Amino acid sequence: MNTEIIENKNQKNSVLALELKNITKAFGTKVVANKNVSLDLRRGEILALLGENGSGKTTLMNMIAGIYHPDEGEIIVNGEPASINSPKDSFGYGIGMIHQHFKLVDLFTATENIVLGIKDGNGFNIKKSSERVAEIAGKYGFEIDPDRKIYTMSVSEKQTVEIIKVLYRGADILILDEPTAVLTPQEIEKLFNVLRRMRDDGKSIIIITHKMNEVLSLSDRVAVLRKGEHIATVNTAETNEFQLTEMMVGKKIVLNIERTEPHDTQKRLEIKNLEVVNGEGRHVLKNVSFDVFSGEILGIAGIAGSGQRELFEAIAGLQPINNGEVVFHNPKKDKPVSFFHKSYERVVELAKEGKFHYADGTHVDFSGMKHSEIKKLVEEEKVLFYEDEIIDLRDKTPLQIKELGIHLSFVPEDRLGMGLVGSMDITDNMMLRSYRKGHSVFVDRERPKKLAEEIINNLEVVTPGVGTPVRRLSGGNIQKVLVGREIAAAPKVLMAAYPVRGLDINSSYMIYNLLNEQKKKGVAVIFVGEDLDVLMALCDRIMVISSGKITGTLDGRTAVKEEIGRLMTQTEGVNEIDSNK
Amino acid sequence: MTATSKTAESRVENAHEPFISITRRTSSTIGRSLVVRTVAVVIALIICAIITVVLTGENPINVFVSMFEANFGNLNLMMVSMQELAILLLVSLAVTPAFRMKFWNCGAEGQALFGGLAAALVMLLWGGKINDILLLAATLISSILAGVIWGVIPSVFKAHWNTNETLFTLMMNYVAMQLVKFFIKIAAKDGSSVVDPDMLRFSTESGEIFTSAQKFLIIAGFAVIVTIFSFIYLNYSKHGYEISVVGESENTAKYIGINVRKVIVRTMAISGGICGIVGFLLVTVSSRSINPDIVAGRGFTAIMVSWLAKFNPLIMILTSFLLVFLKIGAGNVAMNFRLSLSFSDILTGIILFFIIGCEFFLNYKVRFNFCRLGSQKKR
Repeated sequence: MNTEIIENKNQKNSVLALELKNITKAFGTKVVANKNVSLDLRRGEILALLGENGSGKTTLMNMIAGIYHPDEGEIIVNGEPASINSPKDSFGYGIGMIHQHFKLVDLFTATENIVLGIKDGNGFNIKKSSERVAEIAGKYGFEIDPDRKIYTMSVSEKQTVEIIKVLYRGADILILDEPTAVLTPQEIEKLFNVLRRMRDDGKSIIIITHKMNEVLSLSDRVAVLRKGEHIATVNTAETNEFQLTEMMVGKKIVLNIERTEPHDTQKRLEIKNLEVVNGEGRHVLKNVSFDVFSGEILGIAGIAGSGQRELFEAIAGLQPINNGEVVFHNPKKDKPVSFFHKSYERVVELAKEGKFHYADGTHVDFSGMKHSEIKKLVEEEKVLFYEDEIIDLRDKTPLQIKELGIHLSFVPEDRLGMGLVGSMDITDNMMLRSYRKGHSVFVDRERPKKLAEEIINNLEVVTPGVGTPVRRLSGGNIQKVLVGREIAAAPKVLMAAYPVRGLDINSSYMIYNLLNEQKKKGVAVIFVGEDLDVLMALCDRIMVISSGKITGTLDGRTAVKEEIGRLMTQTEGVNEIDSNK
Repeated sequence: MTATSKTAESRVENAHEPFISITRRTSSTIGRSLVVRTVAVVIALIICAIITVVLTGENPINVFVSMFEANFGNLNLMMVSMQELAILLLVSLAVTPAFRMKFWNCGAEGQALFGGLAAALVMLLWGGKINDILLLAATLISSILAGVIWGVIPSVFKAHWNTNETLFTLMMNYVAMQLVKFFIKIAAKDGSSVVDPDMLRFSTESGEIFTSAQKFLIIAGFAVIVTIFSFIYLNYSKHGYEISVVGESENTAKYIGINVRKVIVRTMAISGGICGIVGFLLVTVSSRSINPDIVAGRGFTAIMVSWLAKFNPLIMILTSFLLVFLKIGAGNVAMNFRLSLSFSDILTGIILFFIIGCEFFLNYKVRFNFCRLGSQKKR
């Protein structure tokens, strides 16, 4: 068995393991995921595939793995043209892909998962299979118990099962889609050792990753993709971080997005030492601290999945916070107190603490006053705050945040799964934010309907009517409905996650304009984006997040693309950057 | 550029398109759905007729007439089938709020039975000893409470520990059934398997206070009230709106600050409460007796009624009518023509198969790709 591989290796040493020639793949007529990509993979090497989100890395790999079929171009395996139409065909050519999301049966053991679906004509002998799994594991240094059930395993162990599954089927070419995204640093080190051993054994490996230090420490060569095109393939030993970043982000493109100077900025939101651990026990946010100001747009740049979603959800009260504070500065200075968000008792309590004054500047003192008198004063808006209210949002539910009178609008990344209800019509979706208003047990559909009509008119939503389920609308129109609703709530803070993803140019510009209008109104806008050119043209400040850490904050007007790219892919030495600034 | 990509696309399409392609319909008009459903019923009747002739030699027209007569033959028969309709409709209305929330309550059977048990218990203890109006109120309230308890238990487990509600509610049916058997064992002295009207009495000499027409009116009245209530509650109340949001997407519900757990438990309390009313109607009003089979599978038939009506309370009147009509009609066919009961089940099955099956053609577009067949032949 072993000698066979070595023979193979010697025999075909000069031959490329895999060659892609002029691969093009388009989805519909608009989105071209890969354009004329030509790549090669040598025998016994680790090739890193580097590129921003949406640069077409996963699509390209899915074509090799038989999940998609290229529109044009050729895939050549071991020097012979291959016809790959299904994952099964792909296995037949000795290609195995380890996806980001594992495809395992929880209730089965490791071995059972590994042999599932194999028809090798040897019958079903789980003991023999287990032995072979253990043999493969031993050969490459995996740590695994073949008889353990999947649901008892950690993420890293599940990944091991996926890799062995591919090896068991005799794969010589392994593709790993962001294998380190879910692992701890120690587990990453282990994985890399295994991968190196497999390379030395003659296997060819493609690894998709965003992390520059991993690229540099693991790979033999690096292929860079940008906007679906292959930029270059270079030897890792002959390149460096800066060159790779430059290839990845490309030259700056000047966009015609209006950007006004922020005016009258005040601290609106203060995030202090935020820590969030996800359900799998991984730190998704590590010691995150930053301030958000009214009247400015704060951009957040980062590779997808670096903690942006968790950050927004933590602020919105949807994500349990393990440590740290989210402090909201409610602009109440010299504004009247109302019973709408505060109970009578709370108002009296605060008055005792000396928090209120009258319009002429005198101190409010309710002592000795009758219940009805106090009520009258407050209702006539004669009682004013001295200072802005400082409210800690930590451990508050979205409803509690709302009841405190904090207008926090959130345009989530998952529009139909979170922001809107796909099967409901536009009116009912407008109601999501406002249906609780009033004491009636019945919902009021009149006002939401008017709002829906306004949004359809003002934002040029293309729809047959207010009664159309939003699922039937196009992506851009869905987004307009969502953003329109969130802005209609007159927010103090507006968080938008990838608000222009999948939108055409016109819709995108409309969204940028809406964000700018909010900024001019004094709203604190936080914008998570993926297109660096847009971030640099739209935002006043750009904060870069990488693996749950803030790696730097730059001025949007002077930021350099390469610098942002470098901070995005940086996983070590966070503190040095901060001290440089 | 666009031209080349288009030809490339069509080429790929041809190569990959199977002979039969099934795609989801994005929209469907009322007219279309009426036509599809009518065609389905007509085909079903034709097949029923053929099978009747082949298997029994009877005239199929006579069979259908017999079905119709069983339901509408005279005023009494009509009242019986309408009462049956009202009860089935009530159980269907009970499961519907939960279904709208995508909480698959398969425990209406047990919830109604447990409600009935509470009613029987109250009647056994206080029957004849207190004012009849008071007794009625007490049985109604205890039935509702019992139904609520039986509905809320699985919902609490679902809300807090995400247990599977289908299994849980299903199992609760058997628990309720065993409890009723236990009750009968203790209450019925002669070892009978039923607690009969002699034991559940009102204060009158005969033990009964309602004529059968009054019974019908009470049951129908409850059905009408609950139907209207359900329709308004589900479509126009804030609670109903929350139910729809939770059912469509729990993430959205959390995002806008709905307390998902609360909504799940509250909705199941309503679901169970309506089942409790059914238990009261069956035990106290209709029969003054209880046995483990008193709900007679309506809890499961109701699932079909609710689904067929797409969870719309008004359309449920039609779908529960359909199922009651078939059940009573088919039973009569078996009796009149001296056929086995299985034969009437066959007829009911065929008709339901077509009615449910035609939903597929309403939701999906089926297209045959004859081009591909042609090109394969050429090869």
